[in-house]
Amino acid sequence: MADDRVEFELVSPERLLLSEEVEMVVVPGTDGDFGVLPRHTPMISTVRPGVIRVYEKGAVKESIFVAGGFAEVTPERCTVLADQAMPVAEIDRAAAERQLQDAREDLADAKDESERMAAEKAVTVAETMLQIGQA
Amino acid sequence: MASLKDLRVRIASVKSTQKITSAMKMVAAAKLRRAQEHAEAARPYAERMERMLGSLAKAAVGQQGAPKLLAGNGREDVHLLIVGASDRGLCGGFNTSIVRDARRAIEKLIKDGKTVKILCVGRKGRDQLRRSYADMIVDTLEDVAKPRVTFEVADNIGQRIAKMFEAGEFDVCTLYYARFKSAITQIVTAQQLIPFAVEAEEASVTATGGAKAVYEYEPDETEILTELLPRNLAIQIFKALLENSASEHGARMTAMDNATRNAGEMIDKLTLTYNRTRQAVITKELIEIISGAEAL
Repeated sequence: MADDRVEFELVSPERLLLSEEVEMVVVPGTDGDFGVLPRHTPMISTVRPGVIRVYEKGAVKESIFVAGGFAEVTPERCTVLADQAMPVAEIDRAAAERQLQDAREDLADAKDESERMAAEKAVTVAETMLQIGQA
Repeated sequence: MASLKDLRVRIASVKSTQKITSAMKMVAAAKLRRAQEHAEAARPYAERMERMLGSLAKAAVGQQGAPKLLAGNGREDVHLLIVGASDRGLCGGFNTSIVRDARRAIEKLIKDGKTVKILCVGRKGRDQLRRSYADMIVDTLEDVAKPRVTFEVADNIGQRIAKMFEAGEFDVCTLYYARFKSAITQIVTAQQLIPFAVEAEEASVTATGGAKAVYEYEPDETEILTELLPRNLAIQIFKALLENSASEHGARMTAMDNATRNAGEMIDKLTLTYNRTRQAVITKELIEIISGAEAL
C-alpha cells in the first residue's frame, strides 16, 4: 500500500459499496465532519446523516449519502459502516419526500420513547436526504 | 407379480414425481444464486462490525458500568436459544441438523439445571422442537425470508431480543443457524449474541497482530457502545438469516438433485421389469397356442 493513500471502505448491511485507496475522505461525524488522511489517529466515531466526500487530487471525486452509522479510523484505513448509503446522484427526490412524510406520520403515531426516537431519527434522515438531493 | 398395468401406472407416477423434483431443483438453484449473493454481500459489514466491536469491547469489558448487552448481567440461569430454520420442507437434512444441534444444547442446559427458552424462526424448526419442548417455545417467527430477507426484519428481531433482555427474561442468548459453505455443505453454527463473546474476538485480534492501537472515541465510548450494540445484534441476526436462506436453498437443491436421480434409477428399474414381464406374457401366450395346436 502506498504511504500517502488511505484505504477507504464503505459498507452497508446489504453490500460493500466502495473499497479503494483514496487521497482523503471527509466523513460527517456526530460531533462534526472530519477528514481522514493517512496516519490519522485511531478513532471510532458515530456518523450522522450526511454526505461522505471522497477527494482525489484536491477535488471531490465522489459524494455518497449515508443515513448514519459508524466510522473506524486507523492510521492506514478508514472503514465506514453505514446504515444505508447511496451515491448523491441517485437520490430520488420523490421517494425521499414520501419517506419524510411516512416518518412524520410515524412520529405522530409513536407510542413510547423508543418508537418516538426511531421516528425522529427517520425524519432527520429523510430531511437530510431531501436537502442534499436539492443541492 | 405385478401386472403390466400396475407397472405402467407406477412408471407414470414416478415420472411425474421426477418432473416435480427436477423443477424444484431448478427453482432452488435460481434462488440459491440470489441468496448466496446476498449472503456474501452482507459478510463484509458483519465482519467489520465485529472487528470494531471487538476492539471497543476489549477496552470496555473490564470497566464498571459496561453496557449489559456487552458484559451480560452477571447471571447465566436463563438461556434463550434462537433456532433459525426454514419455513418449508423438502430440503434434505437442513432443518433436522440445525434442530439436532439445538436439541443437544438444550439437553445439556437442562441437565445443568438452567432454564431454557426457545425462539423459533421458521415453521419447520418449531414443528420439530414442539414435540419435546412445547412449553419452552416463547414464540415462532414465520416467513422472515419472504420475499427476501430484509434488514428491517432482522432489526425487529434484534430490538425484540434487546427488550426481552432488558426486561430480564433471559441472561444468555445463543443463535443457531446454518452457515453457507457450498450447495453441498452447510455448517450448523452456534453464535452467542448476548453477552457479546469477547474472548474469541480477542484471540483473533492478537493473532492477526492488528488493532493494537488505542482508539479515540467520538462522542464517547459509552455512547458509541449503546448505539453499536443493538446494531450489532441486528446485523448478526441479519447475517444469520441470510446465511440460513442460502443454506436452505443449497440443501434443497442437493436434496432435489438426489431425488431426481433416484427417480431416474427407479424408472430404469421399473421399465426393465415391465419389459421382462411383457416378454414373459408373450412367451406364455405363444406356448399356450403352440401346445394347444400340438394337442389337436
